[in-house]
Amino acid sequence: MSQLAPLAVAVPLLGAALLILCQRLLPRSAPELLAVGIALATTGMTTLLLVHVGHGLTVYWFGGWHPRQGVAIGIDFSVSAIGVGLAAFVSLLMVLALIYGLRHLDVQHPYYHVLMLTFMAGMVGFCLTGDLFNMFVMFEVMSVSAVALVGYKIGEGAALEGGLNFAVINTIGAFLFLLGIALIYAHTGALNLAQMGASLRHGGDDRVVVIAFTLIVGALLIKAAVVPFHFWLADAYAVALTPVCLLLAGAMSELGIYGIGQVWFTAFQGALGPHADVVRAIFVGAGLLTALWGGAMALTEDHLKRLLAFVTISFVGVFLIGMGLLSQAGVAGTAVYVLADGFGKALLFACVGIVQHRLGKVGQHRLHGRARSLAATGVLFAAGGVLITSMPPFGPFLGKSMIDDAAIKAGYGFVPPLVALASALCGAAVLRAGARVFCGWGEVSRDAPDLADEDTGPETRGSHARTPATMFIPAVLLLAGAVATGVWSGLPGLAATAAHRFTDFTGYYAAVFGTARHLGSVGSSSPEWFDYLYGAAATGLAIVLAGLELWGERVVPGWRPARAAGAAAIRPVRSLHSGRVGDYTAALALGIGVFGALLAATLA
Amino acid sequence: MSVYPYIVAAWLLGAGLYGVMSSRNYVHLIICLTVMQASTYVLLLSVGYVSHGKAPIFADIPTNSTVVDPVVQALSLTDVVVEATVVALLLALVVQANKRFGTVDPNAMTRMRG
Repeated sequence: MSQLAPLAVAVPLLGAALLILCQRLLPRSAPELLAVGIALATTGMTTLLLVHVGHGLTVYWFGGWHPRQGVAIGIDFSVSAIGVGLAAFVSLLMVLALIYGLRHLDVQHPYYHVLMLTFMAGMVGFCLTGDLFNMFVMFEVMSVSAVALVGYKIGEGAALEGGLNFAVINTIGAFLFLLGIALIYAHTGALNLAQMGASLRHGGDDRVVVIAFTLIVGALLIKAAVVPFHFWLADAYAVALTPVCLLLAGAMSELGIYGIGQVWFTAFQGALGPHADVVRAIFVGAGLLTALWGGAMALTEDHLKRLLAFVTISFVGVFLIGMGLLSQAGVAGTAVYVLADGFGKALLFACVGIVQHRLGKVGQHRLHGRARSLAATGVLFAAGGVLITSMPPFGPFLGKSMIDDAAIKAGYGFVPPLVALASALCGAAVLRAGARVFCGWGEVSRDAPDLADEDTGPETRGSHARTPATMFIPAVLLLAGAVATGVWSGLPGLAATAAHRFTDFTGYYAAVFGTARHLGSVGSSSPEWFDYLYGAAATGLAIVLAGLELWGERVVPGWRPARAAGAAAIRPVRSLHSGRVGDYTAALALGIGVFGALLAATLA
Repeated sequence: MSVYPYIVAAWLLGAGLYGVMSSRNYVHLIICLTVMQASTYVLLLSVGYVSHGKAPIFADIPTNSTVVDPVVQALSLTDVVVEATVVALLLALVVQANKRFGTVDPNAMTRMRG
């Protein structure tokens, strides 16, 4: 069964190669269907693996190069339930995204499908690998594919800019990752995460470990788009083809967070474990900043896809808090939240894609009231907006309440209200946009139109008079997924057990080096009463805020000056998103410097 | 092992980073990225260097000879391949940007601001 692990990466890669080789021979619709088939096969393989792995850890050594005397000779895939669960989620989203783009996407060549398949292969490999350098390679495979997909519409200026910003910032991230790998390899003599972790447990020069940790985690924070490394994301996600957005927002940002957990719990926990408080505080602080920053920016945004990009950033902040608590409960909560929220964000992007298909625009004020005839899509969009405010009892609520409980247990009692505020800001932005676009509520915005809006035309071909079933059904399925994660009562328990395995280094080491050890399952608590309170408050606040934004000027006397003050306060933050890659690089360097300095100062 | 390779690596990283931040031409900016990349080569190779070590090819040297670490060389080689792809892709985007905007100045490409 463990042979499925390498196959889940090899099959999409071989499929991509096959598509390129046979592009002249195959009929026009064949690449699309073949790509869907391969994504389905990958989903099947990863799901089978997930069932097979269960509480354990499946290890596959490439070429049969098993370790000798505690030294890894080959490269391994170490498949944990968290990792392969994420991989299964990624491939499922890929199936839906490919179906979503079936026959309607305006792409003439099979390159789009080839890139989607290599993108998936990189993401799945990243989730499965147990080798740090292999992780870097997979990081690059997915980055390069994603850049090409973001810049796919080379006729559009914004797509080129988004792709270039994405490529430059992520390439710098890759260099930092590699520098970190070189340093940690020099220190431990290992690239295998288990061997590295064992070596780091014996102590040594802390300074090298701290620098390597800063560089590697810094690179993953860039991938996850945590403030101040997030600037590229808003530019890139706003211009990508909608099916690509489904994948980017639903899964790729989350992989950065997964990577941070993976390197912490396997490799660095041993050396930096005594300083875990400091690392935790940094992650929680950065997560809160990101969550609020993304929420506030989403509220100022006119361009629908860019709005959702900021929503994505906001939720990455919450994921970072969950993972950054460095506890079993935090990881379990993050796993559930990533799943539920990934469906929710993908659903919102899918709805925007339908609007773009029908009306050819993505700017709120240009669409004002024009989507009245798209009632069904409007309902889906509103449902997505309510879901992401983490309304009880649906999936996002369950995930968020698990993170909140973990945060309170870790002594961060101020986290739940702030996270609820961030969810409310995101939800308000989405609901306001939905009310404007689908219902024509509120006044037509006086804000100047975004330049980018004029640059984004329809991305689909064929008749724009109706919504094709291939676009609508995936959206419905995404909504079902987000709801189901909350209704499925067994999920928290499974996530808790998987998180227990993910955070347990002794068991991980034993499994990789041959002496498998069975870990029991662990229980999970159900949401507390105050979790329901926070969830309901966030939903309520989102609806009130959206209502105030739509009608506040007429109904509430003090709203106009209050709103003007808010807009003035956010303007400096907004102006930081300058679109200049040099500025983004400077922010990146500053962020890495501050992160490293904070770690170094407290560990010294 | 001398400290100089590490200083060179840090210098290349810093110089490349400064170049990326301040560049007014995308082709120049991409070359600055490759300067940063050179820093990873220098670091990797200096990490695996052994004084008086030979190349790790045992075809024509005794198997008990001192050799430099082959792993970092494999990493560097992989890195060369991966980053060549990235640079090719970036340059392709820049060619398209030049067609579209008539300029390769990053500061002129800010349609997505705010």
